[in-house]
Amino acid sequence: MLGESRLAEIAQRVLREAKADQTEVMVAAADSHLTRFAVNTIHQNVSETDATVRVRSILGRKTGVASGNELSEAALRKLVRSAETVAGFQEENPEFGSLPGPKPAQKVDAFVERTAEYAPAERARGVEKILAMSRKNRLDAAGAFSTEAYETYIANSLGVSAYHRGTVASIVTVIMGADSSGYATAASIDVADLDPESVGRIAVEKALSSKNPTPIEPGEYTVILEEPAVGDMLFFLGWMGLGALAVQEGRSFMNGKFGERITGEKVTIWDDGADPRGLPLPFDFEGVPKQKVTLIEKGVAKNVVYDSFTAGREEGKTSTGHSLPAPNTAGPIPLNLFMAPGTATKEEMLASTKRGIWVTRFHYTNILHPVQTILTGMTRDGTYLIEDGKIVRPLRNLRFTQSILEAFSNIEALGKNLVLLKDEWNSVGTCAPAAKIRNFRFTGTTD
Amino acid sequence: MRDYANRALNEAQAKGATYADIRIVRRETQNIEVKNGIVQTLSLGDTYGFGIRVVANGAWGFASSHRLENAEIDRVAALAVAIAKASAISKASDVDLGPAECHVGTYATPMKIDPFQVSLEKKIDYLLSSDKEARAVQGVRVAESTLGLERNHKIFASSEGSYIEQTLTETGVGVVVTAVSEGEMQQRSYPNSFGRHQGTGGYEFAETWDLPGNARRVAEEAVALLSAPQCPSGVTSIILDGPQLGLQVHESCGHPIELDRVFGTEAAYAGTSFLTPEKFRNFQYGSKIVNIVSDAVAPGGLGTYGYDDEGVPAQTTDIVRNGQFVGYLTSRETASQLRKIHPDAPARSNGAMRADGWNRIPIIRMNNVSLLPGTWTLDDLIADTDDGIYMITNKSWSIDDKRLNFQFGTELAYEIKKGKLGRMVKNATYTGMTPKFWAGCDAICNKDHWHVWGTPNCGKGQPGQVAHTGHGAAPSRFRNVQVGVMK
Repeated sequence: MLGESRLAEIAQRVLREAKADQTEVMVAAADSHLTRFAVNTIHQNVSETDATVRVRSILGRKTGVASGNELSEAALRKLVRSAETVAGFQEENPEFGSLPGPKPAQKVDAFVERTAEYAPAERARGVEKILAMSRKNRLDAAGAFSTEAYETYIANSLGVSAYHRGTVASIVTVIMGADSSGYATAASIDVADLDPESVGRIAVEKALSSKNPTPIEPGEYTVILEEPAVGDMLFFLGWMGLGALAVQEGRSFMNGKFGERITGEKVTIWDDGADPRGLPLPFDFEGVPKQKVTLIEKGVAKNVVYDSFTAGREEGKTSTGHSLPAPNTAGPIPLNLFMAPGTATKEEMLASTKRGIWVTRFHYTNILHPVQTILTGMTRDGTYLIEDGKIVRPLRNLRFTQSILEAFSNIEALGKNLVLLKDEWNSVGTCAPAAKIRNFRFTGTTD
Repeated sequence: MRDYANRALNEAQAKGATYADIRIVRRETQNIEVKNGIVQTLSLGDTYGFGIRVVANGAWGFASSHRLENAEIDRVAALAVAIAKASAISKASDVDLGPAECHVGTYATPMKIDPFQVSLEKKIDYLLSSDKEARAVQGVRVAESTLGLERNHKIFASSEGSYIEQTLTETGVGVVVTAVSEGEMQQRSYPNSFGRHQGTGGYEFAETWDLPGNARRVAEEAVALLSAPQCPSGVTSIILDGPQLGLQVHESCGHPIELDRVFGTEAAYAGTSFLTPEKFRNFQYGSKIVNIVSDAVAPGGLGTYGYDDEGVPAQTTDIVRNGQFVGYLTSRETASQLRKIHPDAPARSNGAMRADGWNRIPIIRMNNVSLLPGTWTLDDLIADTDDGIYMITNKSWSIDDKRLNFQFGTELAYEIKKGKLGRMVKNATYTGMTPKFWAGCDAICNKDHWHVWGTPNCGKGQPGQVAHTGHGAAPSRFRNVQVGVMK
């Protein structure tokens, strides 16, 4: 971590050096630490310090981008010249309007000193609590305990200047028996919110209760999906069609559906980068403040998110603050998704289920058809048969092939609690409830 | 650089490390993407730093930084040792790296034309020509033509005396065409999916694949798919083209032979493996015509290098021989572990440890895991198939955490009836269980159809790492496969 004044100094140095018509600079720094464990021992334990500078230069309607992680004056000068040189080789993009101008900044307090300062030995002691429970039950624990402090400064030659810093702590564990496994996870900006013992206990209970799984015929079942499985579907929904570029290119499930019902009325989904229940990021990678955008309201398709480029292509639209880092051909994406909770507890969902399948989480989910929102993937780490309101036996993992919108049209109940689910690859999070869904389609099983 | 390396190794050992290595890596990238006639991406990337890996108190530690200067090297070396000592709190046994590896050498990717020296105008013109051909087809909504370059300059030094310098250069190109209609979207990619086909080599790679000469054809296929019938459901024979079969090898053979997965150390994220140690040299993986190798020296392969990131020389290892499972991808530590179970297993690593840059630790990664060619021509193979589906270019992939139950979708497919290609069908999918699927492999095309296909997006590890891997494959036939899983 370099601090706001150092990041601002780097950004201003880049802007002073720039000769292009417009210039944007993003400086991102992070100190990341991760303690990884498997087979009841810590086997990988890593630390990283990095800072990246990304420069976008605009010559007329031509754009060039260069990035590097060397911060000397000479390196920054070279970076600016590189971005301007490649911009010079560009063709004019008639659809490019301008970099965004300044807007009032919004601040979100997402930095917790104790998370940033958390030491390797403290992470190891937290991990050891999980390992001890696993050993005691003759199981094998795997997982990771990570802490990160990050900061981002975005500025442009039109006067945009935005700084944010934050922290993220997360624990994820898979605890395994000979033929069983259990999963649990927790994430927060504050490492003190994480309880390794609680995470370990949930995973151990699942690993013990999923021993001796038996197969079940694939087919359509009522399912109770725990929060990670619902979060997985939300993430893919956002990626496939809740950004303006997907709509403009005619490849979104929202095309032609605005104002129409596309899911059951229990479903309301929005994106909010300022909500502290998620992993906040108050502005996008162009420095535009993130707006709260309602995407689906009571089952009705409402809005998609915009960056400055896609907003400029439509009359009357402005950026909602959802740009990804340049260069970006994927378009704007909602990175802070929330699904409105319901009123049920998972126990109530279970008690109301005559016959169904309980799913802890999905594994290796992938898109089969983006317009029809069809995904496939496996269940993992705790799949159970429900009969007469009770879990009666563990099941072998199942493959599902299912349209998300169809599943969201068949929701019978949503959990009352929202759980923050941190992405494995980035410091972004989705907040999702559990869900009870009828006619969920399983198409295969495994050993 | 030697001074920096020596300082890091000395400092780590002075702080208590019994083993230490340092990798100093510069990665340069260049990406150009033309989308619908406009150069949407023209970007240069440069990331530079070092990572120090140590064993102290019998456990691993790793720390990295982007500031290559003496004081920072001292700080990072001390931090790596402190982390290792923290890791030792929970160790079950000391790290055993097996026999020492001491190598001094250099390696550079062979190439004819340095792709970073080719002018930007020439590269942009190439992509604009491809884009123009794709968009000449009525009904195309989006055409994307891409060129990507990557160069990794890597220095590896270890406390066992290794000092290795490598320069690995990759070139990739591709065109993806999207056609849409009411409620339908179809894509076609050339030469491979994932945006581009990539290999180690120079700009000659880009020219060989001739995007402008193929863009119109795939655009026509994308548009035709919109009105094609849905792939039928049932159990039948399938023929997979090279790129799809390359990914099938990657997912159902390449990952389960990673010995770190087998020993459970990737369980929390990627999963484990059905190829457990008792199956080593004692398991029928596929039919007798199935021969698979791990080959880090295959010319032009995306997983080709001189030394891995533990400093072990690149090599070729038999994985499946005449259908029998005979080999894993190993690291120094896992090779030692395997030998404790199978005393006749190789004592040394076969050099499969790679890291995604300076800021990640090496983990076991595929290099070029390839299905060796057979004897058929594609025409003869189709003529020999009474009823089936010919599936072309991957669209979707998913496989369970032990690498048994898989489901793939392809962009394009044709029915085969009485030895002839029939109508085009869309949304083709197939599913199966790995050993049963490979047991059904009864014909593999010959070396004229064989190529090492690049997979530039293989994710693994925590924190996440992306590896570039290669997979040699020729079109092959599989019997009794469930197809048409999608409604």
